[in-house]
Amino acid sequence: MKIAVCINYVPDTASKIKLTDDNRIDENGLSYVINPFDEFAIEEALKTKEKFGGEIFAISAGNDAKKEGIKKALAMGVDNGILLKYDGYMDPFNIADNLAAQIKTLGSNIVFFGRQSVDYDNGITGLLTAELLNYNCISIVTKLDIQDNEVTAEREIEGGKEVVKSTLPIVITTQKGLNEPRYATLKGIMASKKKVIEEINITSVSNLVENVSYKLPKVKNPGRILGSDASAVNELVKLLRDEAKII
Amino acid sequence: MNSKILVILEQRENKIKKSSLETIEAAKLFASRLNYNFEALVIGNGIENLDILQNTGLSTLTEYKNSDLELYSPSAYKKIIVEHFNKLDGEIILFANTSFAKDLAPRIAASLKAGCVTDCTNFDFSDGNIICSKPIFAGKAISELKVNSPLKVFTIRTNVFKIVPAECKLDIITKHFEAPDLTTKVVEINKQDSKLDVAEADIIISGGRGLKSPENFALIEKLAQAFGAAVGASRAVVDAGWRPHSEQVGQTGKTVSPSLYIACGISGAIQHLAGMSSSKYIVAINKDADAPIFSVADYGITGDVFEILPVLTEQINKLKQ
Repeated sequence: MKIAVCINYVPDTASKIKLTDDNRIDENGLSYVINPFDEFAIEEALKTKEKFGGEIFAISAGNDAKKEGIKKALAMGVDNGILLKYDGYMDPFNIADNLAAQIKTLGSNIVFFGRQSVDYDNGITGLLTAELLNYNCISIVTKLDIQDNEVTAEREIEGGKEVVKSTLPIVITTQKGLNEPRYATLKGIMASKKKVIEEINITSVSNLVENVSYKLPKVKNPGRILGSDASAVNELVKLLRDEAKII
Repeated sequence: MNSKILVILEQRENKIKKSSLETIEAAKLFASRLNYNFEALVIGNGIENLDILQNTGLSTLTEYKNSDLELYSPSAYKKIIVEHFNKLDGEIILFANTSFAKDLAPRIAASLKAGCVTDCTNFDFSDGNIICSKPIFAGKAISELKVNSPLKVFTIRTNVFKIVPAECKLDIITKHFEAPDLTTKVVEINKQDSKLDVAEADIIISGGRGLKSPENFALIEKLAQAFGAAVGASRAVVDAGWRPHSEQVGQTGKTVSPSLYIACGISGAIQHLAGMSSSKYIVAINKDADAPIFSVADYGITGDVFEILPVLTEQINKLKQ
């Protein structure tokens, strides 16, 4: 069995985002990590391999920097790494198209994605890939059980969880809570250094969605400090009622 | 002929959600700026609260009905919507950006080869182009996007578009849908003891490490109850196992824009601020006067949460009586 896990390498959530003079995202000084939601995808791929055997392919799309993310996945125990290489901008549809082609070539029928990249926050690449492959898909998954051909999962919704049933082949997009991602072991890190990441050049077809510009959000003016003890509560309640008109 | 928008309404237990009404407001914006026509579609098993659609500005609703379709099925819902949209010869599909749309909108976009932008907070219509804004990096920046494909799918952030009543007669067409494709199907919903979800709440009371222990979240829950608010949490207390992940606000949790956000014992890590600083009013209660949370707070109290929360709860309860 070949298990695929599609990952992204993104600025750390502690990063402050700045823009360049021509209004692009300023990448200087940002430190990068595996997309936090993709760590759950990698962990679930490892668990799936422990249960069924087989090998895991981590696939990432983008420039050379994404290789660092693949290396970290390899250090966690993933068997093989593939970089779909391109420079510049590619919209999620384009990326999904290329991922789908690669997954088809591999012939994997269980595919994991993080539910969303915490950089561009689209949250659609996994679902688009599933549709382009004509695979089933369950998104935002917090619990997963695969038995033979049958898949049962819980997905997070507002105020609860949906229990979803489907069948293989399937794409699962993973949510926090699904598992506890393991740390890379020293042995894993050493072994990952010997692995070769396969590089495949991909080209963009026309983008369906195009970024026109970036802005920074309006900076809030620091508000009023009403006091330092419970005597400030009266004033707070008054403001919430009269100024904010919330109560 | 005018271009057409299809608004997808969402039901839970056969009741249309409030966020769906906000999506009608977004459609009204397209209608007024670009002269588009819009209509709506809902899938369920007999909607019980159709009256909430009266005088929203919506004039046509198609209701697809089947006993297997009260609970969501991506395979069935996708097929129904795509077929309906193709027959309508529509150009744009709008959803509210809920967990339902997060699952369904990209599937429909893929079927239609439509560009898809999720979590839109604004639309600009200069020169006949549609430019939509969406927060990225959980709100640390905003991306302005143009969809080049003829067909377009947008999901609208909740709590952004204000509901404005508009006198209007509503026609409802009910279609019984036979033999849906149930390859992927929700079989049941496990509700979280009927608590409000931070993603949908108009008021959120959030707690952080300043609460010192999971038991002390009772103070947060009592205040939330007084306000009729949802309970939120910082990443630190979720990672520590004090609170469930569904309550987490911030970059790896939920991005929220309620009318009122009260942060209690939360210092305000950058990834938390990103997730809540677009709230309309922010109150911070924290002993540390240098905590970054005060930089985004409209009203701050630099005091002890254990002293302040019970007093605030009592006063709110009194006011509500």
